[in-house]
Amino acid sequence: MNLLAQWDWYYDGMIMLAGVLCAVAASLPGNFLVLRRISLLGDAVSHAVLPGIAAAFLITHSRSGFAVLPGAVLAGLLTAVLTEWIRDTGKVDEGASMGVAFTTLFALGLVLIVQAADTVDLDPGCVLYGILEATPLETVTVGALEIPRVVLMLGGVVLINAVFIILFFKELLISSFDPGLATTEGFHARILHYLLMVLVAVTAVASFEAAGNILVVAMFIVPPATAMLLTTRLSRMILLSAAIAALSAVLGHVSALTVPALFGFRSTSTAGMMTLCAGLLFFVTALFSPQTGAIVTWARRQRLAWRILSEDLIALLFRLEERTPGQTVLPGTLSRGLLTSLMLTRIAIARQKLRGYVRTSDQGIQLTEAGRQAAAALVRSHRLWENYLVTEGIHVDGIHRQAETLEHFTDRALRDRLQTQGTLADIDPHGSPIPEETIGPSK
Amino acid sequence: MTAEPPRPLWCLRGLLVMAGLVSLTLSAGSIAQGAGPTEVASPVESSPQPLMARLLRVIILQDHNTRVVLLGTMMLGMAAGIVGCFTLLRRRALTGDALSHATLPGVGLAFLLAPVFGLEQKSLPVLLMGAAISGTAGVAAILFIRNLPRLKEDAALGIVLSVFFGAGIALLSLVQQLPAGHSAGLESFIYGKTASMTAGDAWLIGIAGVVAAGIPLLLFRPFQLLCFDEGFAASRGYPILGLDFLLMSVVVLVTIIGLQAVGLVLMIALLVIPAASARFWTNRLDRMLALAAISGSLAGLSGSAISAIFPDLPSGAVIVLVCSAIFFFSMTFGQARGVLTRILRRRSLRLAMDREHLLRGIFELSELSAESTMMPDRNPAASIPALLDLRTWTPSQLQRQIRKSVAEGLVWQNADGAIELTGKGRSEAARLVHRHRLWELYLISHADVAASRVDQEADAIEHVLEPELIEQLEELLKREHRGREIPASPHPLESAQRLPLTTSTEHSAVERPATDSAASRGGEES
Repeated sequence: MNLLAQWDWYYDGMIMLAGVLCAVAASLPGNFLVLRRISLLGDAVSHAVLPGIAAAFLITHSRSGFAVLPGAVLAGLLTAVLTEWIRDTGKVDEGASMGVAFTTLFALGLVLIVQAADTVDLDPGCVLYGILEATPLETVTVGALEIPRVVLMLGGVVLINAVFIILFFKELLISSFDPGLATTEGFHARILHYLLMVLVAVTAVASFEAAGNILVVAMFIVPPATAMLLTTRLSRMILLSAAIAALSAVLGHVSALTVPALFGFRSTSTAGMMTLCAGLLFFVTALFSPQTGAIVTWARRQRLAWRILSEDLIALLFRLEERTPGQTVLPGTLSRGLLTSLMLTRIAIARQKLRGYVRTSDQGIQLTEAGRQAAAALVRSHRLWENYLVTEGIHVDGIHRQAETLEHFTDRALRDRLQTQGTLADIDPHGSPIPEETIGPSK
Repeated sequence: MTAEPPRPLWCLRGLLVMAGLVSLTLSAGSIAQGAGPTEVASPVESSPQPLMARLLRVIILQDHNTRVVLLGTMMLGMAAGIVGCFTLLRRRALTGDALSHATLPGVGLAFLLAPVFGLEQKSLPVLLMGAAISGTAGVAAILFIRNLPRLKEDAALGIVLSVFFGAGIALLSLVQQLPAGHSAGLESFIYGKTASMTAGDAWLIGIAGVVAAGIPLLLFRPFQLLCFDEGFAASRGYPILGLDFLLMSVVVLVTIIGLQAVGLVLMIALLVIPAASARFWTNRLDRMLALAAISGSLAGLSGSAISAIFPDLPSGAVIVLVCSAIFFFSMTFGQARGVLTRILRRRSLRLAMDREHLLRGIFELSELSAESTMMPDRNPAASIPALLDLRTWTPSQLQRQIRKSVAEGLVWQNADGAIELTGKGRSEAARLVHRHRLWELYLISHADVAASRVDQEADAIEHVLEPELIEQLEELLKREHRGREIPASPHPLESAQRLPLTTSTEHSAVERPATDSAASRGGEES
């Protein structure tokens, strides 16, 4: 309700557009930073452009973007070169050399800015934490439209980045995964690396003024990392990361207006909220991504564990029946035999009862006909595997545990093949009979 | 520091703790002399004095404020240097980067929530508590993300850094909407306000610094294992995850006390650079710790002193620049891994190799001529063109080496212009030839290397053979090739195949490629 009262389609639309463009522009080259495991270079470059900006101010006495851009890009490139130089010459760990390079340049920038403060009004806070909310204030008329200068600039950067990636897609792909191969294919991985660094620096500098340092650093890393959890194909990863970046920018602006209102505040920093939204999207993906999500894999593992426990349950009942036909077993006996707690055993019994594999009575638990059939298949798999492992020359002491694992993943076709492989037809290495594929009703 | 390993270690640890305590007492003393733990306006900024007067005031520590700032930054540098060594060796130099950013939302939240719990909003302990909590959350997030498939350490650090900082910016933007004045002081968490450090801040830095530096020093052994051989540490039953968490918590502790003093980005520099500088000087962890502590405190001390003398220079930035100056000095001149040291080491190895090649060359050439001329009693000698032809060395390289060997008394140039070995040179050359051929024999009989190829292979390694290895080789080969003291070359000596001793260089230049490729082909076939 509060949101609707404040919402202005032109004003908020332009802020959102600038945010989306900034996010997409950063996420495009960001994919390659994450793939090459130099994610933090985005952070380093965007801090280290400070001396370039300050020097450009000192020389040109102008704050316009076109005066500052070359200096900042050069400084950004210098970070990448300096990092590599320290790493190679001093044999220093990559992270440490990056830390040395960018903090030194940043400190140099601070000193320069203080010196420049006499001649130009320049606030380091303004350089590092631009105000996205101010986007619509400065506009350029293009044809009949009034478009904010920032939007034009960021749109240009998106275009440059997209064209670069499309033109050099194959080269980037190869050099990201196998720089050696890239060099033998006849193009220099290192030149491509520096081209990428130029793009990173250009993107960082262009985004500063509009959105500030933190949004661009986040968008270099977070959307590509999110996309990486979702896919293993580079082209899909790039498209996904751009979509995620745009989504988090939109969500960020909306929540910057609405969320603080819930606590009685006015709106908060849009760039900050966009970053936070990207982080939340990453977190949700990390938990629920279909292939790699932490919760999804956990649930999958739990389901498997339950299946195995339930199968072990009927297999145990089958083996006990072999010894004393027609007997009923108490849950306590079963839980001791399965080496698990009584509660888990009861749940497994309930599961198998639901499937109609066991029936319970006051005396205890008994296999049904269907249950006996399923259990026989399991025990048959187990003993066939034991036979096979012995034929393969594995010592008898080691076979039980392996067969115990393998029995849960063996279907009928595999059992038939195992039967032809084993030397002994109907007795396993421990002397127990191997059940037939279809067993008759119990006596 | 020469006795058994544990003692110097303890000495050093004691020394470091002592140093911490001493600086703590010093600061306490200096603070007690001053006006007490209330904020003192910086006299440096308020009084425009001539340079010499300012210099004097700083040097004799006349101002209470200067004393506080100098000692505070010094202790911070020391603590950060020690902690930084462990993160550097753990290959997580930039952990401090991520974690210092991760403290920001905690500061904002603490500020917003303090009234709810009836606490003073602007009190430093409350804000630092918030910073510590969100820093710890950052540690947990890093450990979580690192264990996700496909993502690596760098992505984990980058994500935590940017997302936490973004959240912090959003929270601070809310804080600024609170009644004016309340938000003052929060800015200093990002940029640092060294010059306005109070006595209370210095105390806090001192105590937290001793704790932060003390934990890794007390747990020296487990942390050392963690840094150098994680697998071994795990096999000895050390809890790797717990130690990692503890290390990162210590980083958080150092970071939050440093935030106020030097600001966020520059705190990273104090954690990374002194440790990285110390690494160039030594290969021992205890010495590295001491050096990092010294260079960190030196940078803190001189950085804030310079900025006190020249008020135009922001102290945080100057501290970092002093750090980098120390770093680049160490990188150039470092004793253990510095660039110059490595260049010199490589150079001396190359010179030693040239010397050995020269002596062995003369010896082997004269062996050939002795066989052909039947004059075994002459001192070994060889003409310069023949020597030049022997290896791919330039005439000037050869001449220089000859001059050096003449100076060493190993060879001399006789009346024919040939280079002749002296008695001393002869025994040295015999030793070298002996070593070379032993290795060749070993390669042939035990590594199945073809005789036509064995010369090159031996060449590559003979210069670095240890005397013990030579003895073992002798033992091994004595059983198989008993007889002469210097075994005969197992392959025809190269020059014998194609040239009498004094042939001109042009002649051999034509023939050499053919011989070489034949030799290597022979090697491949075997």
